[in-house]
Amino acid sequence: MGILDVKDVGKRFGGLQALGDVNLSVQENTCHAIIGPNGAGKSTLLNCLIGKLIPDTGSVMFDGQSVLGRNPYEINQMGISRVFQTPEIFGDLSVLENMMIPIFAKRDGSFKLDAVSGFLSHRDVMEQAEEMLVDMNMADKRHMHAASMSRGDKRRLEIGMCLSQTPRLLLLDEPTAGMARADTNNTIDLLKQIKEERDITIAIIEHDMHVVFSLADRITVLAQGTPLVEDTPENIKGNPKVKEAYLGETQ
Amino acid sequence: MDQIILQILNGLDKGSAYALIALGLTLIFGTLGVVNFAHGALFMLGAFCAVTLNRILSLSHTVIDETKKDFLGNPLKVEVPYVQGWFGESTGQAIIDWSVPLAILFTIPVMIAIGVIMERGLIKHFYKRPHADQILVTFGLAIVLQEIVKYYFGANQIPMNAPQAFFGSFDFGAMIGMEPGAIIYPYWRIIYFCFAAVLVGGVLAFLQFTTFGMVVRAGMADRETVGLLGINIDRRFTIMFGIAAAVAGLAGVMYTPINPPNYHMGMDFLVISFVVVVVGGMGSLPGAILAGLLLGILESFASMRQIIELLPGINQVVIYLAAIVILLTRPRGLMGRKGVMED
Amino acid sequence: MLGLNKKDTSLLVAVALLVALAPIILNPFPEGSALAQFNAGYPDLMQRFVIFGIFAVGFNILFGLTGYLSFGHAAFLGAGSYAGVWMLKLLTINVIPAILISTVVAGLFSILIGYISLRRSGIYFSILTLAFAQMSFALAASVLTPITGGETGLQTALDDPRILDGANTTGNIPAPSLFGMEMSDSLQVNVAGWLWTFNVGYYLAGVILLIAFYVAIRIFRSPFGLMLRAIKSNQQRLTYTGLNTRPYMLACFVISGMYAGLAGGLMVAMDPLAGAERMQWTASGEVVLMTILGGIGTLIGPVLGAGLIKYFENIFSKINSNLLHEWFAFLPDGLEDFVVAIIYPFIGKGWHLTLGLMFMAVIIFLPGGLVELGQKIARKMSGKSDDKQTKSTE
Repeated sequence: MGILDVKDVGKRFGGLQALGDVNLSVQENTCHAIIGPNGAGKSTLLNCLIGKLIPDTGSVMFDGQSVLGRNPYEINQMGISRVFQTPEIFGDLSVLENMMIPIFAKRDGSFKLDAVSGFLSHRDVMEQAEEMLVDMNMADKRHMHAASMSRGDKRRLEIGMCLSQTPRLLLLDEPTAGMARADTNNTIDLLKQIKEERDITIAIIEHDMHVVFSLADRITVLAQGTPLVEDTPENIKGNPKVKEAYLGETQ
Repeated sequence: MDQIILQILNGLDKGSAYALIALGLTLIFGTLGVVNFAHGALFMLGAFCAVTLNRILSLSHTVIDETKKDFLGNPLKVEVPYVQGWFGESTGQAIIDWSVPLAILFTIPVMIAIGVIMERGLIKHFYKRPHADQILVTFGLAIVLQEIVKYYFGANQIPMNAPQAFFGSFDFGAMIGMEPGAIIYPYWRIIYFCFAAVLVGGVLAFLQFTTFGMVVRAGMADRETVGLLGINIDRRFTIMFGIAAAVAGLAGVMYTPINPPNYHMGMDFLVISFVVVVVGGMGSLPGAILAGLLLGILESFASMRQIIELLPGINQVVIYLAAIVILLTRPRGLMGRKGVMED
Repeated sequence: MLGLNKKDTSLLVAVALLVALAPIILNPFPEGSALAQFNAGYPDLMQRFVIFGIFAVGFNILFGLTGYLSFGHAAFLGAGSYAGVWMLKLLTINVIPAILISTVVAGLFSILIGYISLRRSGIYFSILTLAFAQMSFALAASVLTPITGGETGLQTALDDPRILDGANTTGNIPAPSLFGMEMSDSLQVNVAGWLWTFNVGYYLAGVILLIAFYVAIRIFRSPFGLMLRAIKSNQQRLTYTGLNTRPYMLACFVISGMYAGLAGGLMVAMDPLAGAERMQWTASGEVVLMTILGGIGTLIGPVLGAGLIKYFENIFSKINSNLLHEWFAFLPDGLEDFVVAIIYPFIGKGWHLTLGLMFMAVIIFLPGGLVELGQKIARKMSGKSDDKQTKSTE
């Protein structure tokens, strides 16, 4: 039993079997990567984990509780934070305000009608937000308009926002997609650092092998909607089936 | 039974006006992705094209004739229109009499021009702005257009007549073998419906069967790809805007004998037409037409005396009620496509 | 002060001063002078300034913070008005219960409409609110006549029960009052040709505007306000951050509706008459215009926008062609007629045209409205380029 258990999950879209009998288990305090060629069902699987899609069959258990049929905000409140493929932040707000929102969400739950107290009466939230900005190396940008930052900084902010909730599980959806090499390396370093410094479980969905092999403790290879193999990075590297799955795509 | 047919017929003419406006709105939304709150104003401008043509044709030199009266009811030195002087009295009178249908010819180029100018001059700059901004700027434009019309034509309704040949009604009931007198239906309304049907058919056929239409439809589905193919989609979209404006204008022209035009008629129709578009499904042409007709018919059924006695006031609210129910049960409207304006 | 930072405090003080001194500031021209007709410092108009200010401030809490464009906000104003008149008829001619009940009724009404409309967003939300408001308008004008007075409207009558005051059947219909002070009571002061009118009703509405404005500042600066701005910015991120947007939106919608109801209650407190046209969508459109013209999402903008539009409606619209001819009499005859002919369509009865053009210009060139214009001018004047980082919401 891991922290996240996916059991016999299947999902059809019309005639297309997007996922069939996916079983995988993410162990606590590891980094588990899910890889696979385009169209292997990675995104569908991810969407089933975070409540955007409900699978036709099977179950998804997080820490002994089912996540199926729950709203995204409930799943977050259970302790799963998600980083999106393109950085999703609050572009119209300042960086500091961006960082305060998840901390409020963690402290006050999914809704609190607190319409009259100023920020100054929430020192704890302010301090945590400032701390996290320091951790993320962005303290100097705290008053910047979030939308005006570089893509790499937006990604950094988004990861910081997720971490500020001290989630039990951090889900990353192709965190380096569309990034320049330098930004990609920065992001990898950041994630490595997070992994070392914090007790956190990471599930990462990725296309880029370089990213996967620098981070993952275990790798599940998905092909045509089903898990092909699950193993350590070293073993995956030499696995002929994996090569075939990827080569098949390029032909 | 005769009541039902009568109400369906009654609903059709209003429903076709809704459908025509909604069709134009949908064309603009589907092609340009713009929510055009000034579309009702285009409908109104069309109606005033008819008024203008009528006035031009009636331009007269003065002859005193105490037997005639002008539309305000004052006895006047009556004027003999120039057209009567040029074409002889009977032809001249026929031309004035037929001014509403003739206005179709006059309106098409005028409205296309207005549409193109509007798109190039204003709307173009709003493609990348949020929908709220598009709504607001076209809302402002609608106010401006209607104030201009008010300045030139005044705030009162201006009665317009259909050609005399279409005065009166015909006995639809007798035609389909029911007892005579059961279903009496005015000629002009059936003409309006047929006109709307032809117009809708024309636009759909144009989109379906011409290369131009094919490109536009492709552009509606995926603008970027069509642009990458080296096709100048922008110019085509401009033309589509002109066409949509012309459709709204024609709907307005032909509607003048049914409902005397006034400067705020556009807004009155726009509110309902938006409801129609949303009910039909944002971006769906057949949806807009279907919803327009259905809501028109629904409205006329709700105006039946028996129903009003049962549910007082229902005729006033039935369209909105239907819209609310449909939006809540079918978020994309009757025939909306997935992914269009879902947030 | 009052839990506000320095900037907000000075803004509140500035608004308070403006409200307090409006009867003087708005009457810059001496009584009897040629320009006296541009004086706006008479009670009726000043009352409208503040009442529509409240309405627009409330609308801005919804549209400015969350980006949800309601095209049916006048329904709440109307509902509040009707409730207020009924309170004046049934309970007491004192305006306090009427104003309170207006706010509460509008709040309840907005829970109902908000709960349904907020199931959709974007243009669908706009259409739903529009549909609800049009429905309310149609019902108020027809079927609900026993409650709303139909097309003639609802007003106080001599033989109303007025449980607390005791009905009287002789004399005049009592005027709405605040513990004996009638809303229409005024103190007129004549200083060296300037006539200033200090009106009870205006100052009551003014005090309520200040309270409403203060509450709006607090909302803008609260965690709740932060969440609302986050909804506008990125709703998806907010739900994946563990926040349920639905109750936030509903609470915001209801607060905004209560502001509208408060404005409606004040309207009937000043003039105990409520008609269905107050709910029509053109009335909803007007508050949109006010908010955008003034400056969307800013605190002071809606108040400025409301003032501007009401000034136009009441003062600008009075200019007629005779007056124009007087003004341009110094020009040669032909030129005079020409200039008047050009200007005339835009003023007087044509003021809506100017309004429409101004509105379009604001959307196209100045999305931040008058406030942005003011900031730009201030920046030019002080001669320094402000850095982008402090994009504030005053």
